[in-house]
Formats: sequence, C-alpha cells, structure tokens
Amino acid sequence: MSKLELKTEGDTHVVVTRRFEAPPEAVYRAHLDPELIQQWCLGPEGWTMPVCINEAKPGGKIRYEWAGADGAGFFLTGEILELEPPHRIVHVERMHLPDPTPDNHIVTTFVADGTGTLLTMRMTLPDAETRKMMLATGMDQGMEVSYARLERLSGWKASS
Amino acid sequence: MPAAAALDRTLTALADPTRRAILARLALGEATVNELAEPFAISQPAVSRHIRVLSQAGLIVQRVEGTRRPCRLAAGALSELDEYLAMLRRALTQNYDRLDQLLARQQATKEKGT
Repeated sequence: MSKLELKTEGDTHVVVTRRFEAPPEAVYRAHLDPELIQQWCLGPEGWTMPVCINEAKPGGKIRYEWAGADGAGFFLTGEILELEPPHRIVHVERMHLPDPTPDNHIVTTFVADGTGTLLTMRMTLPDAETRKMMLATGMDQGMEVSYARLERLSGWKASS
Repeated sequence: MPAAAALDRTLTALADPTRRAILARLALGEATVNELAEPFAISQPAVSRHIRVLSQAGLIVQRVEGTRRPCRLAAGALSELDEYLAMLRRALTQNYDRLDQLLARQQATKEKGT
C-alpha cells in the first residue's frame, strides 16, 4: 500500500505526495471527471458529494458540495487556471463555511513512476485564522487531534 | 521525568478518544470542566479524571479563577497547525485509499474488455 507523505514547506505551503498503481492518464482523469471525483473525494467516512461540477478546462468552474450524515454540509468553489494533460493541474479553490476561506492555490502533478503514478500536490497553507475556522466547523467531525505531534514525539516518520 | 516515561504518558493520554476530543475542544480556546463535559455522555467527575491525565502528561494546564478552574492547552503541546495538518492528512488518506479502489476497478474493467 502506497503511503501519503505530507510536509510543510516554510510557513506558507503544504506538499503532499502519494503513489498510485495506475498510469498518469487515469489518475489525472480521476481529478477532473465529476462522476469519478464523486466516488473518492469525500473526506471522512460517512460524507457524500451530492453536487460535483468540474468544467475541466482552463477558466472552468469547480463546485463541490459535501453532505454529512447528520445534515451538516459545506461547499467549495474554484476555478481551473492551467491544464496540461495528463501531467499537471493548476487551480484555485476556497471553502465556504459558509464564509469563504482565502483562496488556496493548488498545483497537482502526475508523474509516471514505473507502472504507476507519483502524485504531488502543492498547496497554500491556510493562515492561523483560517485553520481555526476550518477546525471549528467540525469538517473532520471535530474529534481529531494531532497525530503529527505523536509522530514528532516518537520519531515516527510522518509517512509510515 | 525521563524522555521515555514522558512519551509513555503522552501516548497514554492521547490513546483515549474522549481525551482527544477534549484536546480538540481546547485547541479552540480555554474551557471549564463543565463546558468540557457538556458534549459528552459522561459525568463531570469522569471528565475531571481525563483532565488529570492530560494535565499529568503536560498537555493541558489548569488555572484557578475564583471557583472556576478553566483549562487550556499547554503552550507548545498541540498547535492548531498540527491539528489542521492532522485533519488534512486524515481526509487525504481516506480520499486516496478510495481512489486506489476506483483505479483498481477501472483497471479490472479494462482488462475484462480486452
């Protein structure tokens, strides 16, 4: 099983890497095709995405709406800035909680790695205020605390 | 306290879901024992026990303010940055595990079709 790596880059960015056992074309498409996005981009267990719009072209609009089991919900809007199939997606997005969070500029790359794909996603780290707001909404069911601390304390590699 | 013993205490303190939820609540700001007990279906003495464990592990501090004993996260114990990153990691891990399954299904369909 391929493991997620998540690292901060300075105070302003987060870089996520993850390998998939499928060619870049397939992983790239799963990030742009609404029917596919609705099957995996759901966050915590129990959430669904009843609305998924992704115009999949430069300048195209993105709108994802999530619904939780308890009737909670929030949505995200964004715009696609650049597409370079099947290797690169550049887009901007914001959460509506319901007030919009500052724009998050995200570059996602898909690089062939043997028979699979190495995905790298570089995104803006929300500022402290925004992070608090996101945590306060219970987006993660409000119950999650830092395993990052555990990893740091114990010297476990964050990705293992 | 030796480092290994301190780590044991921290790990024990964080192993319990109620204590993790208490920490998550305190990450948003100071709260009294009553306020912390509110969302849980457990008694105030039970919450007090959890608070004692968290306090002994150095994760939270309690101050005296008249009859109130408000708790807050110990400085540097758990930052909202750690919490945000943990939330992001959890969401992405679940998303990408589902994407693995989706890609495997696509691959299986493709092989069947050829």
